[in-house]
Formats: sequence, structure tokens, C-alpha cells
Amino acid sequence: MSNPIKEVYDGFKSLVTGMRITIGEFFKPTITVQYPHESLKMPARFRGHIELVRDPETGRAVCFACKLCERACPSDCITVDGAKLEGAKKKSVTLYQLDFTKCSLCGSCVEACRDGAIRFSREFNLASTSKDEFVMDLFKRLEAEREAAEGTNRLAVGSPSEKVAVPAPAPATAPSVPAPVLPATPPATSTPPVSTSATTPPPAASGESK
Amino acid sequence: MSVPEPIRLILFVAGLMGFVGFNAAYLVWVERKGAGRFQRRPGPNEAGWAGLLQPIADAAKLMSKQLIVPAGVDRTLFRAAPLMVMAPAMIGLAVVPFSESLAARNINVGLLMIFAFGSINVMAVMLGGWASRNKYAIISAARVVSQNVAYEIPMLLVVITIIMGTGTMNLHEIVQDQAGWFWNWNIFRVWVNPLAPITFLIFFTCMLAETNRAPFDMAEAESELVAGAYTEYSGMGFGVFFMAEYANILLGCSVGTVLFLGGWQSPFGLWSGLIWFLLKLYFLVFSVVWIRWTFPRTQFYGLLNLSWKILIPVSLFTFILSSAIIKLLGHRL
Repeated sequence: MSNPIKEVYDGFKSLVTGMRITIGEFFKPTITVQYPHESLKMPARFRGHIELVRDPETGRAVCFACKLCERACPSDCITVDGAKLEGAKKKSVTLYQLDFTKCSLCGSCVEACRDGAIRFSREFNLASTSKDEFVMDLFKRLEAEREAAEGTNRLAVGSPSEKVAVPAPAPATAPSVPAPVLPATPPATSTPPVSTSATTPPPAASGESK
Repeated sequence: MSVPEPIRLILFVAGLMGFVGFNAAYLVWVERKGAGRFQRRPGPNEAGWAGLLQPIADAAKLMSKQLIVPAGVDRTLFRAAPLMVMAPAMIGLAVVPFSESLAARNINVGLLMIFAFGSINVMAVMLGGWASRNKYAIISAARVVSQNVAYEIPMLLVVITIIMGTGTMNLHEIVQDQAGWFWNWNIFRVWVNPLAPITFLIFFTCMLAETNRAPFDMAEAESELVAGAYTEYSGMGFGVFFMAEYANILLGCSVGTVLFLGGWQSPFGLWSGLIWFLLKLYFLVFSVVWIRWTFPRTQFYGLLNLSWKILIPVSLFTFILSSAIIKLLGHRL
């Protein structure tokens, strides 16, 4: 047993130290995010539900309904349909239905897509009172956004997760689907803005590889 | 006094009830805001500016809830306990001198009265716990009693030491005795009691324990005993217990201010008045919140060890030392 007076003194000193620390914290600024009023910016590699990527030139979806994602999906939650528009070389997507109630966010669809036509969104506010709201038509959503953007003549100013991003054209020597590792820095060519394309793994080829 | 006695009575009853009610409500706000700031959160900030309407919202919520009296409880005691826990704090404040001329009653045994009524508070918590017929409530009731028996002793020893120095139990005179510069306050009067600052610490610790505040909140140890003695209370029954906790803190800090910090006396001997009393009082109240959000709850045997092995011997020692000094040198130095 040590000296009881020393014991009391040491105990008291540690109490004072604790109180000094807490009063220090008291006067520091708060660090919490007031959620309904403000929210955190989602990191670049956040995996929300998938969304269609827009071609910056035409403003339409890059997707041409090859249905690779539909086949890749292990939970069978993607339904894609496409039609050939007049004067177009390829089909274009007319229906891209995602049943998010079944989706497990495995990302197989994004991996399977050869053209970088789908990517993870950064949407996380997905609460709803109706199950039906989770069966979403991503194509309709994209079109609605396009119309809204054209209406206000402010393309690319949408919700943060909906910025028009163009996948960086990958070198033509990479035909296979790259593993979703950290996105390599895009080739230092004069490419269109690539800022937000970091959400998706660099796709094998962009719309130019026709 | 120019005010006739019946009006004076009504004014002070209304004033004290208002003061206690307002403080009980807004100390909850202070506590929550303080808790937030200590943890670097903003605390309540949605209801009104800086969350100032939060106590009103809380009160509206509690009042609109059903008052459930569970089957098998002792109805009379169960209902009486919240009343008995709130009343002593209000009665105690009746003798607290807020300033030179502002005190409901200036009686000679004011200090004794506060401690006499203060123990009713403990009994009320015990009765509430006992009447609830709930295992957690009964454990809590047992804890409250043993805790308060343990802490009443050093507290009273410390208070007796003060009374010996001042020679009176009249709170008004105790404050007047501490007039002048701050070294006349009892906390700094080392020529009467060389351990005066330690005496104050003992008093403050015992006050925390008597009001069942963290780190001694054994009665309401929510992580062990649900809500302790308050487990079976709903709506305003619980609300009154909750308010009484703050009312008792207010009373305890008022007594601490009067006994040790010179009451309404200013530290420089000038401009003494109500404002100094309130400043000291709220500094102590803030310290109570500060302590709550700094230290974890002690274990029960730690609590009793602290009292029986440290506080009681030390306060006995200061008591004997101080009485020896007063006997040999006289207390007017």
C-alpha cells in the first residue's frame, strides 16, 4: 500500500487534468454535421445504386442496351430494353429498370459494362414509405434530368451525384474490364473534364470505340 | 420594511416558485447544451434560437403523457414521492439570502433548516423507489440511503467547521461575516482553518453525492438500474423528479455560495449585490455540469470508500484543527 496522502493527491491531480481537458474541448468549435440541414460530401468511390452515364456531346445515355449488365446481375434486378432510332448506328436504351429492393450493390453490372455506361451514384437518401419507389427506371430519370437541364439551360448542374461526367478514354490496349481498383490517373491527353468520373472504374472504352 | 407582511409572503412564495421552476427547466437546457459542447456537438438547437424553447417543448411533452400508476404499487407513497422531493428544495431556498435585502426569511437557524429539509429529499427518493415495487427501484432506494448516510457526515462536519468560525447559523450573518476582499471568504480563510480550500472541496463533493449527481448518480444509474427509483414513473411524475434534481443542485450550490464564496459579497469589497450571488451560484452550477460530463460514474464501493476512508477522516481532522485554532487564538483574527 502506497502512501495514502500521495494516493489522494495523485487521484485529485488526475481529476483536475480531466477537467482541464474537457473545458478545453468545451471552447472548441463543434464538429458534428447537422444532418437534415447539411450533409457530408460522399467520397468519390461511394457505391450507391447504379445510374446511367450521359454522353456529354449528345446529352443522351451512353448505354446502347447490350444487356451485359442484365446478364451479369446475380439478383436479376436489372431489366434493359433498347430500340434502334432512325439514323443512328447503334441501338439506344429505352428502358433501364433497376429493382433496388433486390440489388445487393455487388457492382457486377458496373464491372460488366464495357462502355462505362453505368456507374455508382452517390445517392444515399433512399428512405421511402413505398416499396414501388425502389423500382426505378434509370433511363426515364436521365431523360427527365436532361429535359430539366435543357429547360434551364444549365447542363451539368444537377444534384451532386448527377454531374455529367465523362469516362476518360482508356487506352485502346485495355479491352477487358479492369478490376475496380483505384482509378488510374487518366491519360494526359486533352480529354473532356474527368473530375467526377472517379466514381466508376475506368471503363475499357468510351463511346468512341464504335 | 415598507411592504406589508401578507404581500411580502405572497411575493416571496411566487418568486421562489418561479425561480425554482425557471431554473429547474433551464438548467436542463444548460445541462444538455453543456453536454453537447463538452462533446463538441451543438446540443439542442432546433426548438427556438439555440434551442431555448426546448424546456417548454419537454414540459409540454411530459405533461401530455399519461400518469401511469402500475398495478401493485403503494399508491399513496407512489404519488407523494414526487411532491416530497420537490418541496424541500423550495423550502430551503426560503432562507437563502440572495442579497443584502433579498431573502424570504432571515431566521437564526437557517442552515439547520436547510439540512433538515434536505434529508426529506432523500427520503422521498427512497419512498418513490420503495413504492414502485420494481427491483431496480428498490436497489436504487437502498443505494440512495446508504450513499446519503455516508455523505451527510462529512458534509455536516464541514458545515460545523464553518459555523465554529462564524459563530452563527444565520445565513445572512454568515455572508455579512465574509465582507470585504475575497480573502475574507470562508474558502480562503486559512487563518481560521488551514485546510479551508480542501473543506470546500469536501463540501462540493458531498453536495454532488447528496443531489445524486454524476459521478455519484448511483440512484439513477441508467446503465445499471434503468432509471433507478424513477423507473416506474411516467409523464410529469418523472418530470418532477427530474426538476427536483436541478432544484436540489440549485439549493446545494446556493448553500455552497453562502457558506464558502461569500454570498452576495463582491470579491473587491465594492458593489456587492445580487449579481455576485448569481455569478457565483451559476459558476458552481456550471461546475456541476462540467464534472458530470468529465468523470465516469464511480462504482458503489468506490463511492462509500471515498466517504468513509477519505472524506470523513479529513473533515474530522479539519474540524479538530479548526476548533483547536479557534480555542487557542480566538476566531476574530
